[in-house]
Amino acid sequence: MDSNEATTSESVSKKKGKTKKVKRKVKHDEAPVQEMEQAEGEETEKKSESGPCFPPTFSVSEIKNKQRRHSMFLKLKEEKRKKKKKERKALGDKAPPKEVPKTIENQRIYDETTVNPEDEEVAFDEGTDEFSAYFNRLTNPKVLITTSDRPRGRTVRFCEQLATVIPHAHVYYRRGLALKRVIPQCVSRGFTYLMVINEDRKVPNGLVLCHLPDGPTAHFKVSNVRLRKEMKRRGKDPTEHVPEVILNNFTTRLGHSIGRMFAALFPHDPQFVGRQVATFHNQRDFIFFRFHRYIFKNEKKVGIQELGPRFTLKLRSLQKGTFDSKFGEYEWVHKQIHYNWSFYVFYFIYFFSLNI
Amino acid sequence: MQHDDVIWDLIGNKSFCSYKVKTKTQQFCRNEYNITGLCNRSSCPLANSQYATVREEKGLCYLYMKVIERAAFPARMWEKVKLDRNYAKALEQIDENLIYWPRFIRHKCKQRLTKITQYLIRIRKLTLKRQRKLVPLSRKVERREKRREEKALIAAQLENAIEKELLDRLKQGTYGDIYNFPIHAFDKAMEKQEEDTESEEEEEEDEEESGTREFVAEDEFEESDLSDFEGSSDEEEDDEEVSSEEEETEEELEEEKTKAKSKGKAPLKGPIRKKRAYVEIEYEQETEPAQKSKAT
Repeated sequence: MDSNEATTSESVSKKKGKTKKVKRKVKHDEAPVQEMEQAEGEETEKKSESGPCFPPTFSVSEIKNKQRRHSMFLKLKEEKRKKKKKERKALGDKAPPKEVPKTIENQRIYDETTVNPEDEEVAFDEGTDEFSAYFNRLTNPKVLITTSDRPRGRTVRFCEQLATVIPHAHVYYRRGLALKRVIPQCVSRGFTYLMVINEDRKVPNGLVLCHLPDGPTAHFKVSNVRLRKEMKRRGKDPTEHVPEVILNNFTTRLGHSIGRMFAALFPHDPQFVGRQVATFHNQRDFIFFRFHRYIFKNEKKVGIQELGPRFTLKLRSLQKGTFDSKFGEYEWVHKQIHYNWSFYVFYFIYFFSLNI
Repeated sequence: MQHDDVIWDLIGNKSFCSYKVKTKTQQFCRNEYNITGLCNRSSCPLANSQYATVREEKGLCYLYMKVIERAAFPARMWEKVKLDRNYAKALEQIDENLIYWPRFIRHKCKQRLTKITQYLIRIRKLTLKRQRKLVPLSRKVERREKRREEKALIAAQLENAIEKELLDRLKQGTYGDIYNFPIHAFDKAMEKQEEDTESEEEEEEDEEESGTREFVAEDEFEESDLSDFEGSSDEEEDDEEVSSEEEETEEELEEEKTKAKSKGKAPLKGPIRKKRAYVEIEYEQETEPAQKSKAT
């Protein structure tokens, strides 16, 4: 190592290497080398000044040894950071405000379809759409959960767990029935929702959520399904209490209608006794579903423990009537448009985003 | 001249046949006119000058026949006979056409016809049922989406969001008076509303004094409420009882709210404890640790 240092040309790097070596010598008792001895004299002079100062043409990248280069770089960074902090402190109030890092959420272009809570048009629409019956407390939700043909064990277990999470949910085996025939039967038996979990290669990968008395049909892509067994530090099984519902970030028109769809899955009055909460959190067009049990330790702190399955959804299409893949009228379809990244501004054209 | 044996000698064993497919245990023949599909002396269409097959085209079965007389005319070598759609009639047709032909070829032709009709029936049945549509996934897109999902999950900070939402709901009071400890919250609320509501609260206190005697009888329910929520770790308590009690005491709870607010404001003793008057002894125990419970 010493010889390498010697061979790298500049005196600069030599000095640097030597400063390091000197320090190390103190710690590790390395065998003295002639160069070191020579350098020592120089070192003492330097130290008397103010620590090692390198000629201005020196840069960290000139060091050939990777380890040393890395550690020198880290030291440099550390020094810079400290310096900056000192300056900041010194300036006190006059210091420029702290810079906020750019995130996708910051950089989003404002979406015009964002819903304003006082928007009359939206309020009117919501008063008259398919969910108005639910929100006016005329109907109670009743959910039918089924799968695609011949489901494998994982999908079956997922359905069962979903049924425990959603109150008044019934799981039925598909047996190769056509959905078009299933739907009128469901309607006649008073179901309000039909949930079909599509399976591919032994893993659930799609969800069709159909609001029954000819309501909208949403088709989602399901990913990252975790069953109860696979959860770390999970609690006991969910009880029969009606959970609360949290819907986060459903701000645009589209997001609003999807949010209402999810809300209508659960009965109106949550039983707070049960302390269970189902969360649908929308982030960058991915809807994360979680099911927790919460407990208030005091009025400022709440502890949550995850029960129940978790999965993520991504909306693929929203159809106006009940499930009809051929003749249905699609309100929204996820289009894979090739977009241009602009470095500092993110155009989420292809998202038709569900939130800002 | 047709020397079948010579031909077979060459392509079957010694030399090369381009239709032959060899596997570990067997040899197959890829010739489209082969009747059994195996590479045999009797099944090889090249090494047999008199040969017949049954083949299917667009749902119709045809009988192909080759005779030695036409061996020199490759364009006309195969005679194609359309077979009847009716299975039984088709069998008779085969017998008719292949009369005086070797037993093996006749038998194999009929077998092949049977198989073909069976699979045609199955195709027709399946097309009537629902068909699975295979949608191709673009690997790049899937990879991208997966990555985006991971990043979105990190950006979402789910636990924090959920906790925040729950605490907001608690502050807003959607939980009613189920949770008794939010003294601090009520303190803050009280500080804001002190000027406005002082007088109201005093009046309410007076009312409570007169009303508390009524409530004394129902202290039991309140006790269990208290113990339920301040114990806080008991999930298995009698939820039914509590819920029913809650329903009964709903009206009382509303009044309690005001009392609770005043709790934070004034020293919690005397008149405010009206509800707890019956339980005074125990209540005192609770008051002291109540202040401690903030720490615990």
